[in-house]
Amino acid sequence: MDIDLMLRVYPFFLEAAWITILLSVLTALLGLTFGALGAAARLSRFTSLRLLGATYVSIFRGTPALIQLFILYFGGPQVGIQLDAFEAGVIGLGINAGAYMTETIRGAIISIDKGQREAARTLGLSQLQAFYKVTLPQAARLMVRPLGVNLNMLIKATALVAAISVVELTYTAQRYIGSTYKPFEMFLLAGVLYMIIIYVTGRGVAWLDRRVRIT
Amino acid sequence: MTESTDFVQIRHAQKSFGTLEVLKDISLNVARGQIVAIIGPSGSGKSTLLRAINDLDALTGGEVWLDGVQVNKQLPHRQYEKHINEMRQQIGMVFQHFNLFPHMTARENVTMAPKMLKGLSAEEADALAKEQLDKVGMLERIDYYPSQLSGGQKQRVAIARALAMNPKLMLFDEATSALDPELVSEVNQVMKKLAEEHMTMIIVTHEMDFAASVCDRVLFMDQGVVVEEGPPEQVFGNPQKARTRAFLRKELDNPE
Ligand SMILES: Nc1ncnc2c1ncn2[C@@H]1O[C@H](COP(=O)(O)OP(=O)(O)OP(=O)(O)O)[C@@H](O)[C@H]1O
Ligand SMILES: [Mg+2]
Repeated sequence: MDIDLMLRVYPFFLEAAWITILLSVLTALLGLTFGALGAAARLSRFTSLRLLGATYVSIFRGTPALIQLFILYFGGPQVGIQLDAFEAGVIGLGINAGAYMTETIRGAIISIDKGQREAARTLGLSQLQAFYKVTLPQAARLMVRPLGVNLNMLIKATALVAAISVVELTYTAQRYIGSTYKPFEMFLLAGVLYMIIIYVTGRGVAWLDRRVRIT
Repeated sequence: MTESTDFVQIRHAQKSFGTLEVLKDISLNVARGQIVAIIGPSGSGKSTLLRAINDLDALTGGEVWLDGVQVNKQLPHRQYEKHINEMRQQIGMVFQHFNLFPHMTARENVTMAPKMLKGLSAEEADALAKEQLDKVGMLERIDYYPSQLSGGQKQRVAIARALAMNPKLMLFDEATSALDPELVSEVNQVMKKLAEEHMTMIIVTHEMDFAASVCDRVLFMDQGVVVEEGPPEQVFGNPQKARTRAFLRKELDNPE
């Protein structure tokens, strides 16, 4: 194993890792937004919205994320959607992650005992007040761990945008293989950096989960 | 204000879940300050009747009135929501499984709704929490979370939470059925205290002794109808109907 080479290219990988982190953060934020909207639609009292939410989830969980990215980035211009690779990566992965998060958020909300809602309504709270004061605060605590799982998957999924030439960690590794012919070292280096990102995120999620857990 | 005998009125209440007829033309009047016990076998419709009073389960027929106002008025959706939320503020309810909010302390459980709906200031809310929790003997646990309380303590906080809205009527749906036997009396004592203060109460219970000692009137329900009703001495001491006698015999043989 060529440790010298790894040390030499390491700063460039670190730079690329920041792009991966930026991609992950933006994707997570977009995913959460879509997840919240998706869950609201899935739980709506209007059939059309429920159907829309269910369709969204089944399309984006039912096809490979890579295909979704290709359609958006390569197919987009054909229908008038012009995005640069980074934008397409964030939007494509964000919408994809949102489909998974829709189910996570919805699952946490429906797992709250209906007696909670009834107790709130009995006191005179409106449906909306009961949701924000009673159901959501409890559901939000339950969501932390499963959303952490979504986040873990989403970080790993950012590697896919190498296929549309976003210069992030995986793409950088591929590029250095072209000049060094050392795939083992280059992918290992990328892998270690992914692991560090995911480890730190995981610790963050565990910390948050402990902090908000009901005593 | 209405005639005191008409304080709570249930007129020809009917309720079906799909094809299952759970309440079949039930009428009931409760006077202000009166305490009514509802007894009957499992599945007879006791909870459904109680939950119809504050419209947690909407009746499929009939009317519910409280203090001269119809609870289940026919109104357009928006207006009905506003109306029912106002009515519910006047009707306290206590559940078998407490349904305390686990993410709130005893204090927050008690003050959340009054703060939100009546705009209490921080000081007023603090005074209210102390007053209500003191009343149920839970003042020392004011900053405890439900998970740190025993079943009996939870139920007492739940009663304080309902009382904090200053209701005209209290509904109890088997408030002690989920409790360990040694915790039942602390909750019963709180309910007795409310009785002494002339709170109007409708109490669904399996505890015949408690019903006999606290209630002015006992209603025996079976299969969605009121089979027999009257003062406890009569319903327990000299039941007129065979079904009532059979039920009481079974209850006394194996209470629980
Ligand atoms: N939401 C519902 N959907 C369908 N059926 C219901 C529903 N709620 C109650 N029922 C049925 O209505 C009947 C009466 O139920 P209810 O809960 O009022 O009985 P209960 O007298 O309170 O019994 P218990 O002593 O077991 O609490 C039962 O047959 C029950 O299965
Ligand atoms: Mg019941």
